[in-house]
Amino acid sequence: MLEHDVLVVGAGLAGMRAAIAARAQGANAAIISKVHPVRSHSNAAQGGINAALLDRGDDWEDHAYDTIKGSDFLGDQDAIEVMCQSAGQALIDMEHFGVTFNRDDEGKLGTRAFGGQRRARTFFVGDFTGQALLHVMFEQLIKSGVRRYEEWFVTGLIEEDDRVCGVTALEIRTGQVFAIRAKTVIFCTGGLGRVFEPSTNALIVTGDGMALAYNAGAQLMDMEMVQYHPTTLAGNGVLISEAARGEGAYLLDKNGDRFMERYAPNMMELASRDVVSRAEQTEINAGNGIDGCVLLDCRHLGEALIKEKLSQIREIGIDLAGVDMVTDPIPIRPGMHYMMGGIKTDVDGQTNLPGVYAAGECACVSVHGGNRLGANSLLDTIVFGQRAGDHAASAARDVEYMEFDVDAVVRREEQRLQGILDRPQNGDRVASIRLGMGESMNRNLAVYRNEAGMRETIHDLQGLKERYTTVPVDNKGQVFNTDLVFALELGFMLDCADTIAVSALERMDSRGAQARTDYPDRDDENWMKHIVTAKGDEGPEISYSPVSITRWTPEERKY
Amino acid sequence: MDLTLRVRRFDPDSDNPEPYWQDFSVTVEDNATVLDALIKVREDVDGTLSLRCSCRSSICGSCAMRINGHATLACKAQARDSLGDDNVIVVEPAGVMHVLKDLVVDFDLFWDKIMAVEPYLQPQGPEPEGEYIASNESMLHLSGVTACIMCGACVSDCTVLEVDPTFMGPAALAKAYRFTADPRDGDEEGHSEDRLRMLSEASGMWDCTRCFECVQVCPKGVAPMDRIMSLRDQALAAGMDKNYGARHVQAFSDLVEHSGWLDELRIVPMTMGLGNVPALLNVMPEALRALSHGKLPPLVHPELPGAENIRNLFEKVEQGGKEPEGHH
Repeated sequence: MLEHDVLVVGAGLAGMRAAIAARAQGANAAIISKVHPVRSHSNAAQGGINAALLDRGDDWEDHAYDTIKGSDFLGDQDAIEVMCQSAGQALIDMEHFGVTFNRDDEGKLGTRAFGGQRRARTFFVGDFTGQALLHVMFEQLIKSGVRRYEEWFVTGLIEEDDRVCGVTALEIRTGQVFAIRAKTVIFCTGGLGRVFEPSTNALIVTGDGMALAYNAGAQLMDMEMVQYHPTTLAGNGVLISEAARGEGAYLLDKNGDRFMERYAPNMMELASRDVVSRAEQTEINAGNGIDGCVLLDCRHLGEALIKEKLSQIREIGIDLAGVDMVTDPIPIRPGMHYMMGGIKTDVDGQTNLPGVYAAGECACVSVHGGNRLGANSLLDTIVFGQRAGDHAASAARDVEYMEFDVDAVVRREEQRLQGILDRPQNGDRVASIRLGMGESMNRNLAVYRNEAGMRETIHDLQGLKERYTTVPVDNKGQVFNTDLVFALELGFMLDCADTIAVSALERMDSRGAQARTDYPDRDDENWMKHIVTAKGDEGPEISYSPVSITRWTPEERKY
Repeated sequence: MDLTLRVRRFDPDSDNPEPYWQDFSVTVEDNATVLDALIKVREDVDGTLSLRCSCRSSICGSCAMRINGHATLACKAQARDSLGDDNVIVVEPAGVMHVLKDLVVDFDLFWDKIMAVEPYLQPQGPEPEGEYIASNESMLHLSGVTACIMCGACVSDCTVLEVDPTFMGPAALAKAYRFTADPRDGDEEGHSEDRLRMLSEASGMWDCTRCFECVQVCPKGVAPMDRIMSLRDQALAAGMDKNYGARHVQAFSDLVEHSGWLDELRIVPMTMGLGNVPALLNVMPEALRALSHGKLPPLVHPELPGAENIRNLFEKVEQGGKEPEGHH
């Protein structure tokens, strides 16, 4: 029998941090991931990780205020305090683990400026900070001796007496289904970017954990808060890091004017992401763009700086857009990038389901509120991954493994999967449903939203969900049947899409990433609250949760 | 753009699991990558095609495979630059590792080698309260190595691994160098002698034949072979010169310095050690075979005309304060 005190689902930064923490507490910890840990999407974080270090004259309270303002005052201030107070130690821990952070002239950790912050407190490794952190975290995972289930896909949760007591999983390499017993389960499955098309997110980012938890009764929160990143490539939506603007790049309209002057005269290109994306979209809509894009101009930064600090995005520009940013501006536009919402947790990662935790992008603590600051996501994964791992390990000491009929559970899951494999061809394709969903979401739940559009998407999703119940898969085999995995992922994504659209329609104001043309103002009187969704008999059911305000009074946001 | 993907396929679930070629004709955008084309096949034409891929931007390392005979990331290879005759792009799984299905290979061999180098920082000195103080240059240098995304392209095309699966290989050795060159790893001076000793053993740093293949195929500019050569320099500098590889380098250098060219008759005993009779007996059959084919090097090894110029060069390099390079 495979059984663990703490089973972490997902092996990005949050998941590995959680597993390492749980193991350090003496727990029998394991980590399960549908890809090898170093393939995880934490890789894609480019710009850096925020921390206010006292010996640099910085102050965690300044960091907290910038984060709260960035969140458009929807972030929970108690949770943000925890994150910002823990940031320094989390950063130093990563340095001691071996991350090769860029240094300043004294050999100390160097910083760069980042959006929405009044002070340069973003620590970085070139423009591949996420990759650097992820690989070092994997090194520590190896050192810790945590059991790893690599390329295992979690297909469902096992519940007995209303308590989650394990997962069913498909070993992708063999096609075998297993039941894994667990006293506690921590979801660290990342975001849901592929619900949108295009998205900066990797193809594996399909909201699995959010959907699994939601279907087991977990609450999701802030699902309407979807971040559109200001600088993504047209077409495939690949990310060009905020580090470019952090290092001083300009945003230009078709006339070569720095249009951010009109939207954020103080912070200019480094206003918070929602503000910059809206400015770009407004200019593009007004006909001031070029082929649906504006320009990111790095030329004045010089070749040496670009090669040292922006090498990865330069490579992306050359490979995917055919533009060398040393010599030419690169066309970019706002693109779906990050999910502020997720599984509702407290600061220890606990959800409303006993024994079930979440951390990282799939969770909503909520430290990002309506809009996440650049370089706060890496911090979020490490701080809350560790806290969830610690808490789950100690909680597991007080509970016993639940008994269940393993063979029956496995057989039932095998039959369910076989049912999908056995579906007759009907001309429909998984990819076609996914594209329909993604395009509808990107049309109506993007930078600007309105009621009619969102209702259209909710209607679209209903039709797509019906098609989903009969969509066939081509591959009937056992070994590395990615066709089956995609079909299962699509189910997760459709569940997530629903909660996004329903939450966004519910929120009748504009705040953070949600900008409604039919409710253009922030309405603190009625909507200074979180929207919570839980699975009901007929789709997502809405409730509300108060925003924690400790000491920073909501005010109008200007950059 | 219309193109044909000629894909090497393998289905272990089939009645007759033999690899075979299959052509797929697809139309893609002009700036599409080979991965875009493969995804189009998988999504629109044939869902049974298996491959690993995720980020689409050369950072997750999932989609290394052979394209037109050389390992690369499918998401980095522009389709228009990969077209061969009749607009065909030949796509095969990565080499060295065995194929599980279609373009998916078994990475166990790759990871076993990475694990063998104890791939995590091992500082022996006291941990500072804040960060370690280190120069930006030292960190930038390391970041050039930690930029490795473990895609396996170098392992796929390594010409040593092709014939000797025990070789640690370019990725693991580059990973090891990432620690030996880290001022935080090892003793308080940042010397990682235990690592260097282990890496000097058979199947380690001295088994690279310097074919440059890994440097060429690495999609991230890590240049694994250069890191292996740096490992050799580190090992020699640490006095670890009592093995075939180190002695071979030293003998090579001494012989060329002496006569201006390589004395192939003497390099073997100098590498193996003159007193190492069993090893020398071991190579006797090869020597005899060479003799019988008239390939034995001349017994008398004359100095090349102008050899003193070579000696001067050696002298100048050594006076320049540089150690003789491990690679020549």
